[in-house]
Amino acid sequence: MSGAGRAVLAGLALTLPFWLPNPYFLHVAIMAGIFGVLALSLNLLLGYTGQLSLGHAAFFGIGAYASALLTLRLEWSFWLALPAAVALAALAGWLIGRLALKLRGAYFVLVTISFAGVVALVSVNWMELTNGPLGLPGVPAPTLGPWSLRGKPAYYYLVLAAVLLASLVCRRLVHSRIGRAFVALRENEPLAESVGVDVTHYLVLAAVVSAAMAGLAGSLYAHYTRFVSPEVFLFSYTVTMVIMVVAGGKGTLAGPLVGALIFTVLPEALRAVVSWQWQMLAYGVLLILLVVFLPRGIVPAIAAWRVRQAP
Amino acid sequence: MARAAGTLTLAVRDLAVRFGGVAALAGVSFDVHPGTITSVIGPNGAGKTTAFNAITGYLAPTRGRIEYDGSPLTGLRPSAIAARGIVRTFQRTSVFPALTVADNVMIGLHLRGVAGLVDVTLRRRRLAAEESRLAREADGILDFVGLGRRRGERASELPYGEQRLVELAVALGARPRLLLLDEPGAGMTTAEKTTVTDLIYRIRDQATTVLLVEHDMRMVMSISDAVIVLNHGRVIAAGTPAAIQAHPDVIRAYLGSAGDRA
Repeated sequence: MSGAGRAVLAGLALTLPFWLPNPYFLHVAIMAGIFGVLALSLNLLLGYTGQLSLGHAAFFGIGAYASALLTLRLEWSFWLALPAAVALAALAGWLIGRLALKLRGAYFVLVTISFAGVVALVSVNWMELTNGPLGLPGVPAPTLGPWSLRGKPAYYYLVLAAVLLASLVCRRLVHSRIGRAFVALRENEPLAESVGVDVTHYLVLAAVVSAAMAGLAGSLYAHYTRFVSPEVFLFSYTVTMVIMVVAGGKGTLAGPLVGALIFTVLPEALRAVVSWQWQMLAYGVLLILLVVFLPRGIVPAIAAWRVRQAP
Repeated sequence: MARAAGTLTLAVRDLAVRFGGVAALAGVSFDVHPGTITSVIGPNGAGKTTAFNAITGYLAPTRGRIEYDGSPLTGLRPSAIAARGIVRTFQRTSVFPALTVADNVMIGLHLRGVAGLVDVTLRRRRLAAEESRLAREADGILDFVGLGRRRGERASELPYGEQRLVELAVALGARPRLLLLDEPGAGMTTAEKTTVTDLIYRIRDQATTVLLVEHDMRMVMSISDAVIVLNHGRVIAAGTPAAIQAHPDVIRAYLGSAGDRA
């Protein structure tokens, strides 16, 4: 994207609560941001290392529960609970990375699905800790000094900061030997090993960073909706993340954010104009069209189009 | 290269690899001396690539020892062996297909970088300095193999001969002290083979020992300092090209005879 385009985009994002004061629209923007962080997180694994995690909701849920429990039970400040949630999710990512060390493709997918299943079961059945299916109400909104970040405009900026942070981390990673090691694993593992890339080390590292980001999104979600229940582990969250990454363009920096924006706004927009049956139908048709016509995703398609336009 | 005897030598001792009931290597011993170009030849199925795979950690030997510079390589993973300076190429063209030629080489430079997660996320200057250093080194390697003008193209879109040069460039990125080339001339035109032969000389002159598997006898006999002949998983001869060409067992293995087919 050109410098001017980027400046306009940054300007729009920074001033959004001023020209979009409608709380419902702001809510959609906040959810798009939270899903943006999630999509960026999944993209590190799926887009760069080429490994599909279908248990990504687990890291999101672990972050959400950790943050909620630490603030509710131990009365930690949000600003301590957030990094703790990130660290706990990262630890879970490390565990999965170690478990899946030698597994690739379908086997890696199975490990991640099973892990998410186990964590979801724990959240339902460990009543003393999680309050089971009833969930944890009353998760406190974050405060910053004397100000509460309870209002949607303030929370929007908090989420925007998280999106920027996650994007920055992804950008730096991708343009470093670490990101290249991820891609090497995706492109040709034996060749990567032959020049000294310790592939298993980098797969674990990708899982840790990815899980940490998902945990960040989970914590932000918990303190935004202020209620956490086993619903955070729903498989549909993972599916949504995959759709965002694949439709936006896996293995690109902007793709997951574009995907997150479209697939958060679109269902809401459809809800406004058609009944729910037609919503799902339209959603499905759009997905099929995307896969058929833009198999590599929206962002790579735009990039290719711009290359063709250039003299 | 004036080096003390024994240092930087690859020593293979009684190496055996079995696949089920088949002995791909049945107790092979040889040395590769520093500063030389050494070739491993032999009919198809003689165990040449198996030996490469065992030396570079891609498969675990059933028996035997492999030492480099006096320390054992057996049991190490391929990436750890590469970190010791032993880098291999593959028999079938092996590049990072979706990436540009320059990015292929940048991955090859992995061991020349040091940036870890903390540097990447928090130390922006250090990361930028490393990236520009690596990009310069990648350019140097691309010029060395003659792919300078191809740096922006996708590896998968290059013609076959140039893809093999990309492979070489990726391997050189790891700064090998011992480079194992698996049929570097396979499928190449005579002109391309001349280019590769010339490159192998230049690589050797940069103090890199070269061990290669090759079928093209003209290439082998012209560039090798030493030749090792494998047949049915055993070393049947080893020596200078001239000695090998006159060796009766070698002639029999290549031309075949009634006794050999039994």
